Amino acid sequence: MSITSLQAGVNTASDMATGSAGPKLQKRRRSRVGLAMVSPSVLALLVWMAVPLAMTIYFSLIRYNLLYPGDNEFVGLENFYYFLTDEGFVAGAFNTLWLVLSVLAISVVAGVLIAVLVDTPFFGRGIVRVMLISPFFIMPTVSALVWKNLLLHPVSGVLAAVWRFFGATPIDWFTDYPLQAIILIVSWQWIPFAVLILMTAMQSLDQEQKDAARLDGAGPIAIFWHITLPHLARPIAVVIMIETIFLLSIFAEIFTTTGGGPGYETTNLAFLIYSQALLQFDVGMASAGGLIAVVIANIAAFMLVRMIGKNLTDKA
Amino acid sequence: MLSLKQTRHLRTVLIGSLAWLVALAIFFPIFWMLLTSFKTEIDAFTSPPQLFFAPTLENYIHIDERSDYFHYAWNSVVVSFGSTFIGMLLAVPAAYSMAFFETKRTKNTLLWMLSTKMLPPVGVLVPIYLLFKDFGLLDTKLGLVIIYTLINLPIMVWMVYTYFKEIPKDILEAARLDGATPGQEIYRVLLPIAKGGLASTILLSLILSWNEAFWSLNLTASGAAPLTALVASYSSPEGLFWAKLSAVSTLACAPILIFGWLSQKQLVRGLSFGAVK
Repeated sequence: MSITSLQAGVNTASDMATGSAGPKLQKRRRSRVGLAMVSPSVLALLVWMAVPLAMTIYFSLIRYNLLYPGDNEFVGLENFYYFLTDEGFVAGAFNTLWLVLSVLAISVVAGVLIAVLVDTPFFGRGIVRVMLISPFFIMPTVSALVWKNLLLHPVSGVLAAVWRFFGATPIDWFTDYPLQAIILIVSWQWIPFAVLILMTAMQSLDQEQKDAARLDGAGPIAIFWHITLPHLARPIAVVIMIETIFLLSIFAEIFTTTGGGPGYETTNLAFLIYSQALLQFDVGMASAGGLIAVVIANIAAFMLVRMIGKNLTDKA
Repeated sequence: MLSLKQTRHLRTVLIGSLAWLVALAIFFPIFWMLLTSFKTEIDAFTSPPQLFFAPTLENYIHIDERSDYFHYAWNSVVVSFGSTFIGMLLAVPAAYSMAFFETKRTKNTLLWMLSTKMLPPVGVLVPIYLLFKDFGLLDTKLGLVIIYTLINLPIMVWMVYTYFKEIPKDILEAARLDGATPGQEIYRVLLPIAKGGLASTILLSLILSWNEAFWSLNLTASGAAPLTALVASYSSPEGLFWAKLSAVSTLACAPILIFGWLSQKQLVRGLSFGAVK
């Protein structure tokens, strides 16, 4: 890294020395400067991606348990076999998928509805907006614990009090509906993100188009389907892309509330691999699991990047 | 029969009330956390929960006794500002080069950078953990700075690139004709123009680093643990300290929350990579 930045310095210095060089030569120098300036970032990311990934691939092919040092023979695809046939894997894959899809659906639908709702001016709209986006800035460990202990707690939680007020028996969320409770918490964190993006996108909606449609006799629902929703398509795509990146590796919310339990009920792939590596010290199997998570994430996310990312650079 | 003006007024009131209701519901957990932080531990656990109580500051006064709050807060500050600073040092030249020296590979490089974000952290947890152990980086602030810089770098490059793209090239041409070097171009011309955009990039990086809770939980013990880890330590069932938990959480979230409120407009542009303005 330091070498390339040094080179950049040398290049600019020589540029200054030969200030009267021909335009073609200058152009080539400039492109060299451009390369030198982009390479530190590219190199850093390349190392960050390649080195650990290569190590993960290597570990996944050997027997490697931190509790039994020295016993590191090559075992081929054995780790993958054990990981994929472990009962935790099926549960983890299912929970990951369910978590991502539910939160995506909830946050996008709620985000669109709220964005439309706050688009018309009313008293105190500024404060309402600030309140709506606030959960996005709360750190995951805080939101998990506040929900678990202050809101969802079956004895002293606020929801329990509400249930009792209506004469119902309070629900013990983390015992009876653990995954739904996690989905609730994570949705609470990500609805504001969708609202933030979509609310801003609504402001660039062409009002004249809406007025014209209204004059033609279109009702509010027709306007929503034919004008508002198509206008929001691109921002919705952005929301889905970014949320998918973060939702695939939800960890802190599970770590601080359920620890993956009861059983495997709230274990997603991220948590499963964590528990294999750092709780059971089975590096080989955790690495195999890590690679499988990478493959799954790529299948899900790379399509999204290609689809949406292309779109973005074209317009940028 | 209501007049047109009256129905319109009624509609505004209805929409307004509904919006307020939704906003209050979404904000409630934060409000409740704040409220609980001023309760005694006994009040915090009373059932049914009380909206009215005798407020106390004891949780804030004694916050450092149980949890050594300032130690963790200092780690959070160092780690998020450190990684943001280094990230900007790397991202600004890269974005400059991509925005103004575009080659055939630029778009692919940008997409590739973003795709590194697709790599789930668990996929590389084991090697990073072992490498950190070998290099003595486990439970150090430097280790977290390195990780946070790298995980936020793609987003930072994208954001700065988006802002630089909006600057007309003529301005740079003019500077170049006056004999400015690339370094001077960035420092004297680009940075002042893209000030707002760069500020929101810095802000987003600070928010993401401050709230990051995968690497901080896995790579730190107590020496370099930031606030996310301190809060997580309250999940262990060592007694009910919910009022103190609320006070610690409030202090841990307040700076970022206020930051976010002040800069929501700027953040949207950055977060959507310029797709939403």
